[in-house]
Amino acid sequence: MNTKVKEKSQIKVITGNAAAAIAAKLVRPDVVAAYPITPQTEIIEQISKFHANGEMDCELITVEGENSAMNAVMAASLAGGRVFTATSSWGLAFMYDAVLATAGARAPVVMVNVNRETPGIIAVSSGQQDMISTRDAGWIFLIAENCQEVMDLVLQAYRLAEDYDIQVPVMVHYDGFYLSYLSEVVDVPFQEDVDRFLSVLKDQPERIKLVPGGKLGCGSHGILKGYLELRHKHLSAMERAKAKIDQIDKEFQEIFNRSYSGQIEEYRMDDADVVLVGSGSMCGTIKTVIDEKRQAGVKVGLVKIRMYRPFPGEAMVGALKGKKAIGVVDRSLCFGFKGGPMYTELKAFETQLDGSKMISFIDGIANTDITKANVGQMIDSTCDLAAGKDVREVTWVSYPEAQEDGGL
Amino acid sequence: MSEVRFHGRGGQGVVTTSKILANAFARTGQFGASFPMFGFERRGAPVTAFGRFSDKPVREKTQIYNPDILVVLDPSQRNSEAVFQGLRPGGMMLLNDSDKALNISNGNLKKLAIIDANKIAQEEIGLAIPNTVIVGAFARMSGLLDIEPCCDALQDYFSGKKLSANIVCAKRGFEEVELFDL
Repeated sequence: MNTKVKEKSQIKVITGNAAAAIAAKLVRPDVVAAYPITPQTEIIEQISKFHANGEMDCELITVEGENSAMNAVMAASLAGGRVFTATSSWGLAFMYDAVLATAGARAPVVMVNVNRETPGIIAVSSGQQDMISTRDAGWIFLIAENCQEVMDLVLQAYRLAEDYDIQVPVMVHYDGFYLSYLSEVVDVPFQEDVDRFLSVLKDQPERIKLVPGGKLGCGSHGILKGYLELRHKHLSAMERAKAKIDQIDKEFQEIFNRSYSGQIEEYRMDDADVVLVGSGSMCGTIKTVIDEKRQAGVKVGLVKIRMYRPFPGEAMVGALKGKKAIGVVDRSLCFGFKGGPMYTELKAFETQLDGSKMISFIDGIANTDITKANVGQMIDSTCDLAAGKDVREVTWVSYPEAQEDGGL
Repeated sequence: MSEVRFHGRGGQGVVTTSKILANAFARTGQFGASFPMFGFERRGAPVTAFGRFSDKPVREKTQIYNPDILVVLDPSQRNSEAVFQGLRPGGMMLLNDSDKALNISNGNLKKLAIIDANKIAQEEIGLAIPNTVIVGAFARMSGLLDIEPCCDALQDYFSGKKLSANIVCAKRGFEEVELFDL
């Protein structure tokens, strides 16, 4: 992230959850419907407070569960409203059918998902498995690294979801515990600047609305070619979202003096021989370790995935092509594959990387800490791979016993 | 950068202590980042929080394994091995305790500060929640902060009578903490 001299700012020390709640207030939504769940609860508490003291002029529906939350915001969105909701883990699972329906209806819902391990093994702890479990739902996925980016990505998400050429729901993800409860310095934008940033949407053609009493249906229905047409249009819109987020980021910089360079962020990549690929809060730690390794002469860089759906394949190839070795760090598992999900997906582009070798690191599952030492180990292994040494394809960094379990 | 680890129990305001200090550092143009680590939120359960305070932006998003400073809000943990784990040589410790005995030993601990924060909090706010007293005591012990930004930071967490009472708590913490070189 590049920060220029600020003309206007309100510096606050707030959590990632508070940043998300304030961003939700700043976009002036018509309807918010949500249900609390750890580690997302503070978002709903803050929005309730804003609503109660008159700072937020929206309909706040305190639903009895997450399934109703998603159905409520989908309906309000189809009726033309700007909507917001937030969830995590079990809540995301409980609204899964409505998550799919929202995407199918191309309702421009914006939802924050605070990443946490999923139902299956009970764990109130961080991990991106909930995100991975919904990656094929047809939503756009954005991932934040720090509290400032949480704030800024929620604002950018509305420009993307509601854009007339996109009209796809957007989920903004950030790591539970590590960012949800992290208090740090955040530059809170002024309302007038957010209004200006979003005003572009008002100049676009009006999207089709569901009107009470009107004869227009809602949702997407179709069989055979009708179905194929809707799906193909949805996929095409997601492809367009790649260039769109790059453009939105440029316009964001003009107003707020902060830039994240769109789909991916490259850190010290120009002369890098070896690269780590990561996402979310781990990237702050990775950048710190990269600086230390650079002082020791190791030419290492980072590619941070900010947009995960659609997968930024072309941008990744552009950044990674010709690098000697790439280590992909996943905070989740890909059942049925040995490597992590992002590693497995990047593998699809391997033939375009001009011989770059790739390995997979799995770490940060269920609150296991992605420490500086762990990152150092990942960089060392990736350097070994670049030097032609024999390196395991998949390493569970915080679980060395994995090597004895067999299979992987 | 100073790395600080906070130890206490749910209900003592451990997390708020770390937040207020991050806030106070930001008010001096520096950077602060703090976060707690716990499972289910409940009173009485052990809580650990981590604080990083620096003149440069804090990018690391990991727990703290080698703290420069320990802040112990729960007197029962004063000699806990877990508390001292990884303490850097020349380390400091701020302890909330009515027992001022210097029977705390750790090879890396060079500076100890003790304050009966529960007593002061009881007198000023009527509750044995030691956090804002600890904030003031931290500023004095560490020398990293003046008391003014600490008091200013309290405005983001309290208002009205609670604010003025907690400002008194912070100031008394700053003035009444006892410092010992070991």
